Amino acid sequence: MTRRQLIPIAVLLLAACALPLVVSDYRVFQFNLVLVYAIALLGLNILTGYNGQISLGHGAFYAIGAYCAAILMDKYGVPYWATLPVAGAVCLVAGFLFGLPALRLEGLYLALATFALGVSLPSLLKYHRLEKWTGGVQGIVINKPEPPFGLPINADQWLYYFTLAVTVLMFVLAWNLLRGRIGRAIVAIRDQHIAAEAMGINTAMVKSLAFGVSAMYTGIAGALGAIAIQYVAPDSFNIFVSIVFLVGIVVGGLASISGAIYGALFIQFVPNIADEISKAAPWAIFGIFLIGFVYLMPMGIAGAVRMGLARLQRKAQNK
Amino acid sequence: MKLVPIAALLAMALASPAALAQKKYDPGATDKVIKIGNTNPYSGPASAYGTIGKSIGAYWKMVNEKGGINGRMVEWISYDDGYSPPKTVEMVRKLVEQDQVLFLFQTLGTPPNTAIHKYMNAKKVPQAFVATGATKWNDPRSFHWTMGWQPNYQTEGRIYAAHILKNNPKAKIGILYQNDDYGKDYLKGMKDGLGDKVGMIVKEVSYEVTDPTVDSQMVQLQASGADTFFNITTPKFAAQAIRKAYDTGWKPMHYLNNVSSSIGSVLKPAGLEKSVGLISTQYLKDPTDSQWANDPAVKEWEAFMKKYYPEGSLIQTENMYGYTVAQTLHQVLKQAGNNLTRANVMKQAASLKGYRPDTMLPGIRINTDSGDFAPIESEQLIRFDGTSWQRFGEIIGK
Repeated sequence: MTRRQLIPIAVLLLAACALPLVVSDYRVFQFNLVLVYAIALLGLNILTGYNGQISLGHGAFYAIGAYCAAILMDKYGVPYWATLPVAGAVCLVAGFLFGLPALRLEGLYLALATFALGVSLPSLLKYHRLEKWTGGVQGIVINKPEPPFGLPINADQWLYYFTLAVTVLMFVLAWNLLRGRIGRAIVAIRDQHIAAEAMGINTAMVKSLAFGVSAMYTGIAGALGAIAIQYVAPDSFNIFVSIVFLVGIVVGGLASISGAIYGALFIQFVPNIADEISKAAPWAIFGIFLIGFVYLMPMGIAGAVRMGLARLQRKAQNK
Repeated sequence: MKLVPIAALLAMALASPAALAQKKYDPGATDKVIKIGNTNPYSGPASAYGTIGKSIGAYWKMVNEKGGINGRMVEWISYDDGYSPPKTVEMVRKLVEQDQVLFLFQTLGTPPNTAIHKYMNAKKVPQAFVATGATKWNDPRSFHWTMGWQPNYQTEGRIYAAHILKNNPKAKIGILYQNDDYGKDYLKGMKDGLGDKVGMIVKEVSYEVTDPTVDSQMVQLQASGADTFFNITTPKFAAQAIRKAYDTGWKPMHYLNNVSSSIGSVLKPAGLEKSVGLISTQYLKDPTDSQWANDPAVKEWEAFMKKYYPEGSLIQTENMYGYTVAQTLHQVLKQAGNNLTRANVMKQAASLKGYRPDTMLPGIRINTDSGDFAPIESEQLIRFDGTSWQRFGEIIGK
């Protein structure tokens, strides 16, 4: 990584660390959700943006992660931080297993199969034989983690810093994965899967792995989301969650790591802005925003930022 | 003679009521306004209930035009949560921390309210008169800042069980219920009410709120040989079930939950002749029932609807519900006077004695105290005669 790349990242991190000290707790909570969504979107982006597999059912993995965290905390007294690896592992396996049969499905057919997963999960969560664990329609209420070691910050701020640390870790891991051999294989399959196979890439394995890793990211995000909201219920994970994730990665920028952050900001704040503009038809306003973004920034916000920076650079060189 | 100045001071204090009734405020209340927060599903799967939030907003518009409450205007801040608990949490935190409302009122739905239950009680901000019939809102010991309003579903289930046990102890009961907290609460009430006679239930079938029809469930119930039918469904499905029960020639003793007792939005679509003999309960006046056509309270409600909420429907009971629950809060705020602290709002909500909004059925009153956070605990049994609901028997409950 060059110094030119490092400086903006360091500035961004510093800003992220300083944020809870300057804004209200309510805003801290909102930015906490932005971080959660950023991890989820990064996961979906690995699958859809980098590997070219469309998923309309990532809300299901988000829900599985959330329920893992809630059940472990509520029924087994596991501390919140220890639920994240479990949620990630469960979703990795679930995603990998779902990825295996999904190998036979391409493009729109895969989209439909994942859609089925996303649609059916809320009903499964209500299933009466699982009710012992899932709490059925009533869901599960969990406690908010308190800051440890007597730190002089409140619970919202602590959770934000905790989520921020996890987010940084997950982004570094993704960055490492995607620029390496596996990352190139993932992209090669998207661009030309026959050529990729001819070069000796085990496409079936890589595609299933991409599915598993993607689900793992989204599952960890789900667990963090559940801890922030302190409540899980089937109504929290309807199919709309999956669609909003897809909107997030497209608006943020496909096949872009920073795009996950832009997308997360978009799905967190634009619906609220829309609701403030019009109480009667907030989703119509949201639609206008969406069309505007897609029309003006066809490569997503990340693409627009990249092009803007390149243009500035050219100008600087021409002088 | 040193006593004289003290006595004079005392006399002055007693003479001026302002000195006694000191103004006290928490965030959200001033000399000019009272800020009230709310979330409602204006979009999403439960958006049919969004009209409750709108009718309450219209009520405050009317109150403000008439001079407010003790001279203060009501500022009603209602956000859309789409019936999604995470969104409710976010919006409620905005209401409490950013908009600084005095308290929340009529937040709608059991899952959304469950999601904010702990938060509101930790923040000590009232979660007043929530819009759900779950039983858990009446728990003043553990959750001192949360209070329900409508009769809870379990109570109503027990009322029907008692009626069955009394009139037909050999009944074979078939039950259709919506597979969620609301349906299961009713079911539990019925089972608790039957007690050791729970074996009278010969068949229970459920449906999902996303199902297109309940026809196949109705056929199953009929085939089970049940002669008594407890219909725990929301309006659309209630109309389907009533029609199906009639069309297939099954003539059970039919108990319909209060949720779907509206003539205009359930019985008319089902067919009035097919609804004869239905038994249900009520606590509000049904605006579509002809017996209230000349009732002054219902007329006043109609005038209110036409002036302040003209786009609202006159046949939706939800609008009558919103108006009535808003009246109840109006009474609480009147009682609170100039002491608009959060603690006093809860205290006044918990000291309603025999209060009766004029759109509630005669004989039903609201009673609360510090150990009883269930405002309406009685209902009236009613039977449909083909044109309107006929009240029969006594008011059941407290």
